[in-house]
Amino acid sequence: MPQTLFDKIWDAHVVNRIPDGPDQLYIDRHYCHEVTSPQAFEGLRRRGIKVMRPERTVCSPDHNIPTLHQDQPIQDPVSRNQVDTLTRNATEFGVTLYGLGHPKNGIIHVIGPENGLTLPGQTLVCGDSHTSTHGALGAVAFGIGTSEVEMVLASQCIIQPKPKKMRITVDGRLRPGVTAKDIALYIIAQMTTGGATGYFVEYAGEAIRALSMEERMTLCNLSIEMGARGGMIAPDETTFAYVKGREFAPKGEEWDKAVAYWRTLHTDEGAKFDREVRFDAADIEPRITYGTNPGMGIGITECIPAPDPEDEQGKISFEKALGYMGFEVGQCLLGTPVDYVFLGSCTNGRIEDFRAFASYVKGKKKAPGVTAWIVPGSWGVDKQIREEGLDKILEEAGFELRQPGCSACLAMNEDKIPAGKLAVSTSNRNFEGRQGPGARTILAGPLVAAAAAVTGRITDPRV
Amino acid sequence: MENVDTDQIIPARFLKATSREGFGDNLFRDWRYDKEGNPIDSFVLNDPTYSGCVLVAGKNFGSGSSREHAAWAIHDYGFRVVVSSFFADIHKQNELNCFVLPVTVSEGFLAELFASISADPKTEVKVDLPTQTITNLATGSTETFDINPYKKQCLSEGLDDVEYLLSKKDDIEQFEANRK
Repeated sequence: MPQTLFDKIWDAHVVNRIPDGPDQLYIDRHYCHEVTSPQAFEGLRRRGIKVMRPERTVCSPDHNIPTLHQDQPIQDPVSRNQVDTLTRNATEFGVTLYGLGHPKNGIIHVIGPENGLTLPGQTLVCGDSHTSTHGALGAVAFGIGTSEVEMVLASQCIIQPKPKKMRITVDGRLRPGVTAKDIALYIIAQMTTGGATGYFVEYAGEAIRALSMEERMTLCNLSIEMGARGGMIAPDETTFAYVKGREFAPKGEEWDKAVAYWRTLHTDEGAKFDREVRFDAADIEPRITYGTNPGMGIGITECIPAPDPEDEQGKISFEKALGYMGFEVGQCLLGTPVDYVFLGSCTNGRIEDFRAFASYVKGKKKAPGVTAWIVPGSWGVDKQIREEGLDKILEEAGFELRQPGCSACLAMNEDKIPAGKLAVSTSNRNFEGRQGPGARTILAGPLVAAAAAVTGRITDPRV
Repeated sequence: MENVDTDQIIPARFLKATSREGFGDNLFRDWRYDKEGNPIDSFVLNDPTYSGCVLVAGKNFGSGSSREHAAWAIHDYGFRVVVSSFFADIHKQNELNCFVLPVTVSEGFLAELFASISADPKTEVKVDLPTQTITNLATGSTETFDINPYKKQCLSEGLDDVEYLLSKKDDIEQFEANRK
């Protein structure tokens, strides 16, 4: 029977099918960060058990860490305790840790692919919803809760109901100045913030095939923002070229064997999805959000739409969102003054994002009223920025490079947007208070962020 | 209210604890308290006319971050059941793993329940796990809800997934051996 890419990988990892119940799924790769793992390790301690397969878990603190002066102790004692707890747990249970100050430290979803730890065909989990990022390499990757983190540590398995399958096909070619972030924000706006809940998504079509590996990561990263458990793309030559030679990727004969298997990981002709959706790449322009969930987005030249008058509950939420943002129905956001710009996060903190940002700001100057936080996703990205001389371009334009971490994505470290301030952010969530209590977030790609940083206003990067 | 995300249920700055306890104090923190930490009277949890162990929520409850802290906060505050017409996947699974029962009802049932509660804040709801039914006692409307038999058994008997998985250790090792 013809199978989907998702079925091929999921079914190959089922250890037991609980009758009428969820599957017991084997996990190839498990990532941990400091926020969602302490209670799981504590659970093992309480039960008096070890980590079953320590070589399959890799930890990196990322959420709480400062992006300046990482050589000094973390100022906030509660953040410091959480990071120290991860160090203690990793040491006690014998799992790999890329701690603060380690050359491989960085956002867990950036360092996984970067080091060849994430591979096609894997099942991969982490106590973090943006684990969907790794689906870009053709892995079944999804976020889990802390109880499930404990399951993986204890047994290398989780109990999981199999999601339904959706294929999102994007035909045609992207227009110039449109990034992977814009594709994602476009799809989420069409689907709405809960529109793919219950599904695992495969992205397909000419526009998807044409994306680089890092662009695919940006797209898959945001799958959760329409409710999908994960998003994935069938591995192809782009994938193999990206993975080859990375530190933990298979080598020599093992490599040839692996690639031969990875070539079988595609959806067969005639395989059935529970839902199929198609979009045309030509319809996508640079995107921004205007509300308080990632589905509330528009093309940068469009105006804020009116809510559906039929949907009373929806209207209440819509009005609350616009009230929080200080925007009105019908308002066009082009020209709106911006206070903060954030380039970084597991969504847009990779080298291609810095290249895009630098290409726009080269020879220009940062607007005086804008505070810009330019934060590489990992030390690996930081190194590459310097090797390519992007740091010089940024510096000449008035931007300072900070140290890697989750930074202003989620207000757990020192990088918080002050109340009432408007930020153009390349991160993934514009929820109320996400970037700091009272902070107002506009999500966008690296080019729109660069244009806002230079002009001090919401600006179309194509003009 | 629809699309209540887990950043609203428990904001990220309160996720720094290393134990599971005490999150209830910060449940819906930024809707419950103002910047100075004073309760916002208009928010439902601060209104003494509303109380109970059933949280009734608009559709797409628990979207966004996978933080299980959201489910811990709901449980720690004293809720044992959350009723909505639609739950985000990860949050729903987290609730089940923390012994909070997510009950998915039809849009119609939910709208009627909201209407009953706004007419009478003391409206009672009966949730029966063995028969998988929920009843709005103000109107008598009843619906059945879905839960997979495995999770139903876990909730009824207080069973733990980790214990279950540890009992399957031989199967796991066999699976690993077969893959080589």
